[in-house]
Amino acid sequence: MERIETIKKIVSDLTNELVVCNLGFPSRELYHIKDSSTHFYMLGSMGLASSIGLGLAMSSNRKVVVFDGDGSLLMNLGSLVTIFNQNPDNLTLIVLDNECYGSTGSQCTYASTVNLGKVAEAVGFKYRFFFDDNNKEFNFKEVLNSHGPVFVHIKVKPGNADVPVIPMEALEIKDRFMVEIKTSK
Amino acid sequence: MKMVDSDKNITHVPVTREEEGFGICAGAFMGGKNPAILMQNSGLGNSVNALASLFELYKLPVLLIMSHRGTEGEFMSAQIPMGIATPKVLDALEIPYFNPKTPDEALKIIPKAWKIAETEGTPVGMLLDIKFW
Repeated sequence: MERIETIKKIVSDLTNELVVCNLGFPSRELYHIKDSSTHFYMLGSMGLASSIGLGLAMSSNRKVVVFDGDGSLLMNLGSLVTIFNQNPDNLTLIVLDNECYGSTGSQCTYASTVNLGKVAEAVGFKYRFFFDDNNKEFNFKEVLNSHGPVFVHIKVKPGNADVPVIPMEALEIKDRFMVEIKTSK
Repeated sequence: MKMVDSDKNITHVPVTREEEGFGICAGAFMGGKNPAILMQNSGLGNSVNALASLFELYKLPVLLIMSHRGTEGEFMSAQIPMGIATPKVLDALEIPYFNPKTPDEALKIIPKAWKIAETEGTPVGMLLDIKFW
């Protein structure tokens, strides 16, 4: 499946979860599908989606969903170890794995030879899901009903959708997101 | 570290690498916490991109409490290059910093440093020279 179709499918099952989205095309695709005050779009800090999600999950009662990528996670593999040890039950880490650095020209990552789901298993993640084109009818509600930390590994096709840059400034993204969190407390 | 762990108001999250810690601090701030990172100045080098493209870009506050290796009294030559680069890296990132000489002074500066961080939306550094510790 295309990444944008996968994101669309997942977003249709989300209600009021806080979403942290990796920089570059994944954020652009998410914004294009649906914009919401529950979304934090990363514009920089490559590799840190899972860490931002962990900090958020540890300081909020709300469910936090992170859209990460294979290249991004490989840059910050230690994050899995920290998440496992901190054990936040409200964190769902989704790795959209297209085996390439899609936002910089689709250079290959090592995710074609190293199974990131197995890495998460070796670290100790109890709740793991794997989806690829062989199980198209994946039920994301089941994922959302699990008490985490949950590791979701989804194989997607390489390539980016033809969607524009997010027309929001960084401060606008942050301020709106923080108001959303504050008003829900 | 004992002080940190004995304070019930502090959540201590050990990390595998400093840049990861900055990601966690950013999320924690947005979730309502006042974040600080304890590290050696080497970790500043590991975290330059996060400081610029996350903290500066989104105007996020955090305290960087750093032991400053490579300062007067350093016994390992390997620590000298990053020791010399540290204030320059902070300057290049336009991160304001303090250089308290004693623990009492540091204790007084910390609330002030946080106030600057929060009001300006910026990381603020605390450089602790070898003589400090």
